Amino acid sequence: MAHVAETHAPEAHGPADHAHEHYDPGFWRKWVFTTDHKMIGIQYAVTGLAFLFFGFGLMMVMRWSIAHGSQPLPGWLGGLMHSIFGDSVFTKEVEPTTKAFLGWSLSTQGYNIFGAMHGTIMVFFGIVPIAFAGFANFVLPLQIGAVDMAFPRINMASFWSFFISCVIMVWSFFVEGSAAKSGWTNYPPLSGVADSGPAIHHIFNGGTLWLLGMVFNITSSLLGSINFITTVVQLRAPGMTWGRLPFFVWAQFITAYLLLLAFPPLESAAIMNLFDRVFGSSFFMPTGLVVNAMGSDGQPLLFSGGGSPILWQHLFWFLAHPEVYVLILPGIGMVTEIIACNSRKPIWGYKSMVGALFVLAFLSFIVWAHHMYMTGMGPKVSAFFQTTTIIISIPSVILLTALLLSLWGGSLRFNTPMLFATAFLPMFGIGGLTGIPLAFNAVDLYMHDTYYIIAHFHYIVAPGTIFAIFAGVYHWYPKASGRMMNEVLGKLHFWGSLICINALFMPMFLQGMAGVHRRWWDGGNAAYAATVQPVLHWNQTISQAAWALGLVQLIFVFNFCWSLFFGRKVPNDNPWGATTLEWDTPTPPPHGNFIKPIHVYRGPYEYSVPGADKDFTPQSEPPTAHTAPAVPGGIPAHA
Amino acid sequence: MEIPYTVTPRPDTGLANPKLGIWLFLASEVMLFGGLFAGYIFMRLGAEPWMWPHGWLNVPVGTFNTFVLIASSVTVILSWEALKMRNYKAFKVWLAITWICGLLFLGVKLGYEWPAKFNHFGAYVKKEAAEKYEAQLGNDGEDGRLARNLPPRLFISGHPKSWADVKNPAVKEIVLVAVDEENNTPKSTEHDRAHFIPTPMAHLHEGHEIVLQKADLLPSFGPFYPRLNTYLACYFMITGLHGLHVLGGVIVLFYFWGPGSKMYRTNPVQLSNRIEVVGLFWHLVDLVWIFVFPIFYLL
Repeated sequence: MAHVAETHAPEAHGPADHAHEHYDPGFWRKWVFTTDHKMIGIQYAVTGLAFLFFGFGLMMVMRWSIAHGSQPLPGWLGGLMHSIFGDSVFTKEVEPTTKAFLGWSLSTQGYNIFGAMHGTIMVFFGIVPIAFAGFANFVLPLQIGAVDMAFPRINMASFWSFFISCVIMVWSFFVEGSAAKSGWTNYPPLSGVADSGPAIHHIFNGGTLWLLGMVFNITSSLLGSINFITTVVQLRAPGMTWGRLPFFVWAQFITAYLLLLAFPPLESAAIMNLFDRVFGSSFFMPTGLVVNAMGSDGQPLLFSGGGSPILWQHLFWFLAHPEVYVLILPGIGMVTEIIACNSRKPIWGYKSMVGALFVLAFLSFIVWAHHMYMTGMGPKVSAFFQTTTIIISIPSVILLTALLLSLWGGSLRFNTPMLFATAFLPMFGIGGLTGIPLAFNAVDLYMHDTYYIIAHFHYIVAPGTIFAIFAGVYHWYPKASGRMMNEVLGKLHFWGSLICINALFMPMFLQGMAGVHRRWWDGGNAAYAATVQPVLHWNQTISQAAWALGLVQLIFVFNFCWSLFFGRKVPNDNPWGATTLEWDTPTPPPHGNFIKPIHVYRGPYEYSVPGADKDFTPQSEPPTAHTAPAVPGGIPAHA
Repeated sequence: MEIPYTVTPRPDTGLANPKLGIWLFLASEVMLFGGLFAGYIFMRLGAEPWMWPHGWLNVPVGTFNTFVLIASSVTVILSWEALKMRNYKAFKVWLAITWICGLLFLGVKLGYEWPAKFNHFGAYVKKEAAEKYEAQLGNDGEDGRLARNLPPRLFISGHPKSWADVKNPAVKEIVLVAVDEENNTPKSTEHDRAHFIPTPMAHLHEGHEIVLQKADLLPSFGPFYPRLNTYLACYFMITGLHGLHVLGGVIVLFYFWGPGSKMYRTNPVQLSNRIEVVGLFWHLVDLVWIFVFPIFYLL
């Protein structure tokens, strides 16, 4: 096993032959205020995972309300929820005649709060921090052979800015009136007038804290994306040409560009909304706006008027469509690595995939208004955005097809990461293909804001990106911790998740096509039963699937924690037999990552090279007679 | 462990890390201000013609500030150049001029331009009540604004007798003891166009007070705050955010002029890289102002 770098053992050699210094910055600088990219990556991933479960928990409570209306939550759960979230979120239910206490139910306002925060948390505090910030921080510098990120201190600032935004978002649940309730899209004019009134603090209220939290979150992603781009451009190891970059690095590189350029317009929109809320300006407040709430008694609100709610939608979706690709591209990057490694075969069409990434990133900036067909922008604008939206499906299909073809003829190794990675493909496919009808104005007018669209984008991000995240966790866990995660528990987790998540989202397509709207707090039982009765029974099924999915995730949590201490130790530094550079480091990698000079001689996926003595040839292995790169700079041609 | 290419450029990209980093940051800044300017365009296109004011800002003062900022952009380059030539004294002088210019800009903004808005009263009269204030608005008649094909004037501004009355919802009327020149002689053709230099207020004699009924006014009346109209909202937001950038730049420039300049003795190459990077940021601040100035002061 000459290809495996020997594990570095400080006690095995004397101090004299130290070619590298030992790094011992003390507890706080090592675990908390760290500048080491690996620790920051782990901090991001763990924080993000915690928020992922928090956001999912909010949804599980909402699913109770959808399935059972205003029936109180079962037993102790309602009391616990009420004691955490308070009266603005949970209502006391009493027997109408006897006034006997029945329990606590989610109020309609509470449903809006949980819905808004579920979306916000999942997108901005769950998936992006894990899939982009977490994995890219840990893996990307290792894969390009860098000692750390280009700006380690900015990297730390990025995490702590993110952490402040987390604190603000969680805090917003506990202010008077509770957290933001205008949806994760925060549409005005509702977002301009919600959370205001005599009893509500002028600044420390749900809506304003949401905006402040987002400003910190955006700052964090700005610092992070600058760092990633600079790192990839500047710190590639000798020989790591652009054509030899692992696809994961390409995906994260492009994602960083999306974040860099798409997030600032949302920041400007957030500043405008902040002005509206705090200084009473009218960026998004139209003339003569009348709101029959908040003590205004149907009087026109005290705004000068002249504002445009549509402006928010433009600025928001200018971010949020590229954001969709921010959510999915890191996932595709991880899946690509894992499929290449576990099919023991080069990725099919590496160059087309990279090209597809570029096209996808460019087009993602000019499709945003397909979220806004309902605003009456007019057929000419709609026609443009329909066209670009349909075109963007081409690079997406290229990516998916290339990954599918990569499986063909490989000697597949179905360990847990590979199971999640292969399941990603059809799930992402379902999510993508069901999006095509939505691209058309005529269909979208009917489908808009129904469960069909909920199912569509959840298929992309939940069994799509989150499965990719799980695949990534199982795949890189040994490198980060030095121990393998348990395979049996992993497979249980996979099959449970796969079944539950499909039982959860597949019926939503049916409900959506029947017209069930996404914001009915009781699932449509009270007011709309006459129109959607035939599909309402799915509400219970979906909710049960959601709760079962929640239970299955406990297996993962257990496996994650248990393996940290009792998992099987990694047999060597490269347990999966992978080719990319992160497996050339000791396990776990020390500060500074590599203990030998790194030079890259070949492309990222030289698996099963004909004539080689083993079925993988690491990027850092110098060419010999048997293992010369078959194609200069790249992918070996397959016989 | 040391990060490579923090000071010297990487041969194949020709860049040192900080330079690439700052250019990426500037790209995102362009998108940020682009979003704000998009907001300005939306607000202006959506505004009623009588709602969007012209000539509220003092053009000579704004021009002065423009030249101050452009001059500081030149001096930051001279400072960098002096450092490259290892001329420490000249470097310090030019850098001092740069941050002093930044402070001067902020001083004019915060000492004169903004406060002048905060103690001035303005109100839009509702269209249906405009007749009652014809003496201040001057829309009707043969020599009125409407007859001259100008958008109606519905805005009255001046100084109130008591700010407390303006803010107190129980008080139903506002007494103005002085109105702006446009409202004093509203039919004068002098006021058809905005003035290069805003005319000073003409104080009315006692006994000539103007009484505004709050019920006749759009509810956004009050000081020239962002809530008065979308022009002021855009103005305060964009100049405010730009001002924060100036402030950030001044702090960094001051640091490199003061304690940060010690690096000259140990690593002058890195210090000049730092000056170059902050200089790039300073140019962006300048560039943004070059867009801000015409859209608020001139157009």
